[in-house]
Amino acid sequence: MKPDRPVGIVGYGAYVPRYRIAAKDISQVWTGGYGGVPVDSKSVPGPDEDVITMSLEAARNALQRAAIAANDLSAVWIGSESHPYSVKPSGTVVAEALGATPFVSSADFEFACKAGTEALTAGMGMVGSGMARYVLAIGADTAQGRPGDALEYTAAAGAAAIIIGAAADSLATIDATVSYISDTPDFFRRADRPYPVHGNRFTGEPAYFNQVRNASQALMTQLGVTPNDVTYAVFHQPNARFPQVVAKQLGFRNEQIAPGLLAAKIGNTYSAAAILGLCATLDVANPGEVILMTSYGSGSGADAYLIRVGDAVCVRRNRAPMTAKYVNRETMIDYAIYAKWRNKLVMG
Amino acid sequence: MELARHWRQRNARYRLEGSRHRSDGTVAFPPREGSEWEPYVLSGQGELLTYAVVHQAPAGHEGEVPYMVAIVQLVEGPRITAQLTDCDTSDVTIGMAVEMTTRLLGDTGADGLLLYGYKFRPVL
Amino acid sequence: MMRPVYVAGTGLTAVGEHWARTALSLATDALRSAMIASPNQPIGALYVANALGAALGQQSNLAPAIAVAAGLHGCETLMIESGGAAGGQAIRQAMLAVASGIYDTVAVVGVEKVSDVLDERREVALALTTDGDWEGLHGVTLTSQWAMLMRKYMHDYAVASADFAVFPVNAHANAVANQHALYRFAITADKVKTAAMVADPLCLLDCATVADGAAAVIISAHPYASNARTVRIAGSGVASDAIALHERADLLDLVAVRLATSRALHQANLKINDVHVLDMTDPHAICAVLTLEALGYTPRGTATTLGASGAIRASGTVPFALTGGCKARGDVVGALGVYQIVELTAQLRGIAANQVANATVALATCSAGIASTAVTHVLVAE
Repeated sequence: MKPDRPVGIVGYGAYVPRYRIAAKDISQVWTGGYGGVPVDSKSVPGPDEDVITMSLEAARNALQRAAIAANDLSAVWIGSESHPYSVKPSGTVVAEALGATPFVSSADFEFACKAGTEALTAGMGMVGSGMARYVLAIGADTAQGRPGDALEYTAAAGAAAIIIGAAADSLATIDATVSYISDTPDFFRRADRPYPVHGNRFTGEPAYFNQVRNASQALMTQLGVTPNDVTYAVFHQPNARFPQVVAKQLGFRNEQIAPGLLAAKIGNTYSAAAILGLCATLDVANPGEVILMTSYGSGSGADAYLIRVGDAVCVRRNRAPMTAKYVNRETMIDYAIYAKWRNKLVMG
Repeated sequence: MELARHWRQRNARYRLEGSRHRSDGTVAFPPREGSEWEPYVLSGQGELLTYAVVHQAPAGHEGEVPYMVAIVQLVEGPRITAQLTDCDTSDVTIGMAVEMTTRLLGDTGADGLLLYGYKFRPVL
Repeated sequence: MMRPVYVAGTGLTAVGEHWARTALSLATDALRSAMIASPNQPIGALYVANALGAALGQQSNLAPAIAVAAGLHGCETLMIESGGAAGGQAIRQAMLAVASGIYDTVAVVGVEKVSDVLDERREVALALTTDGDWEGLHGVTLTSQWAMLMRKYMHDYAVASADFAVFPVNAHANAVANQHALYRFAITADKVKTAAMVADPLCLLDCATVADGAAAVIISAHPYASNARTVRIAGSGVASDAIALHERADLLDLVAVRLATSRALHQANLKINDVHVLDMTDPHAICAVLTLEALGYTPRGTATTLGASGAIRASGTVPFALTGGCKARGDVVGALGVYQIVELTAQLRGIAANQVANATVALATCSAGIASTAVTHVLVAE
């Protein structure tokens, strides 16, 4: 899919909370330290943080990079599976806080971990059709892991924001996108239940790998592009291993995915994950380089994008904190504080 | 539920929108009423004047203990009272540079509003 | 010029956690004692000071209930709320009513009942004197605000937290002899040093306990007819300041205390150094430090030195907290201003527990929040 008018990324911004819990500290509680862990550590939101607050900081960073007025945004869309309200969009608080109100569209998106890229695709459409000059798409989550479950090692928190505008105004153009979905119940959460459930090994080949491969391959085929034509690849990262495996399956080398691979330190930031990887890559990419980004959301589906880096990235990326600044900003907490902050204690 | 009270302060709380005097440029926070004032968004940059660590909280803040309250001197002139966040008590010194960040100020209950507003943290 | 106003009889209850008693019961008790001590003084009006009744006791408008209980059914009544300044405000209003000639005698009762609720609600109620929208919202308590001032003071004037201990130590030492005090045991500076933090740098032994109690004073145009010394209200002053601490030009300047006191002293035609004994709002040492400096006893940054010199003891030149201060007598919030008049009247009549020798001039200052309202009275023995 590509819009009639070329579109691109005018600004981007990241946010990761400063708190981390070591995966081995989680393992110590539930398995006595026996067995491997899928990441080194994961990010934990502070008690005064949620999808709204994290989205806001990522968005402020994106606006700073874009150097546009907030009220030139036609939409502020946040994709998440942990919106603070079931009814009352996260976007209204963020739009108000940015100064983007009142003439702005702002509904919430949900598609598990690819809710943010769904907003990105919709933004491409809004801008590419001429309906909007700029759209702000954010992926953010404060994912909850069931205590003692495998996903508890990785369910983390973060936010990443992209401002879509005309290609001519951008620091990187988005050539096209492919969305590939199927009704695949690898991981889901019923309304009013606190924790999601997942299908263990069923989340692998039939779900993540199948959708990510198909979306990526279809896009590359449509554009006549091979892994050798692409400088960097960013994949959704539910753990440190999956993106490396799918990269190999698609024919990418380790160096190509390295800048965008953050899961080992911050875990799976769910709706932010792929976009955070993209932010980290844009922080280091050179004009002329090409990035493939493919997100994945359980339920399930993948969104693939081909992005060409432009000259403006060099100046704009320095206008806001780099992704690495947030990733490397670490304050370790233990399982007790983690349980208290993540509301896992029965308070009566 | 005090819906209107929280709603009318949203711009001040979310993005530090105060007022600037049309004639002499004086910046004020909280916002002022009157035609001689226009809305003005403060930068959020400031210096820590003083702080205290609260161990005995008032109702509604029990779960946050220990937390730090502070008075910050904003670069535009006004002073502001707020919590400090993203720092340990050992990181804090009077005179240090701080910046505004919008955070959850409180949760008014299972059927209540989530309140968002300004806190301050050491400059990133 | 208005006519002279005197303190006739007084009464008070012990300060404590009066589980079995209501605010009405405590208030009526104190008022009856004061009335009995003021024979042949029919009460024209009843003014009641109470800071937290509406917030904690589901009860506003207590004055008519007290009037009925004290046998004053039908008399003019007035309720006054003003945080910790309420008691002083009520005394002032009574003084004005009598001085103007409208009434010969006005009864003043200060009452506070705080022990029916748990700490967290009490903190919220106390914080009602802060700026709710721009301070209270952030979980600021009065204690944490005093703590911020203490930290700034320590930083600006190179004073150590241990230097403040002399004030709670002095307060507790004085309370031993006060049968109405909440706490009647002495403490040491070492105990203060090792006490747990309430709002760092304020520790448990530098934080007053808010408790229940009632005090009453009969304000009259006629000097007290008995062989007790006549006590006249020679001066009265009230001043206000911005309620938000961050709006103050100088955070460490209790401007309202300074102004209220200069107004009262001016009316009494006296200077601060004419005062023989005083009492103030002092739930923490920093309150006493800033008040002593606002009153002009010692320059900014030096009040802990004044404390260390022993000047604040009964035998010294600036004796205060002689019944234990807020820390040991107890912090009765809205009733404090009335307790102060009762206690200082006893000093001027020579019947106080920690009697200051030859005391003929007394000064009572009480305030709301961080001195957003301050009320000062000067009493003179004649």
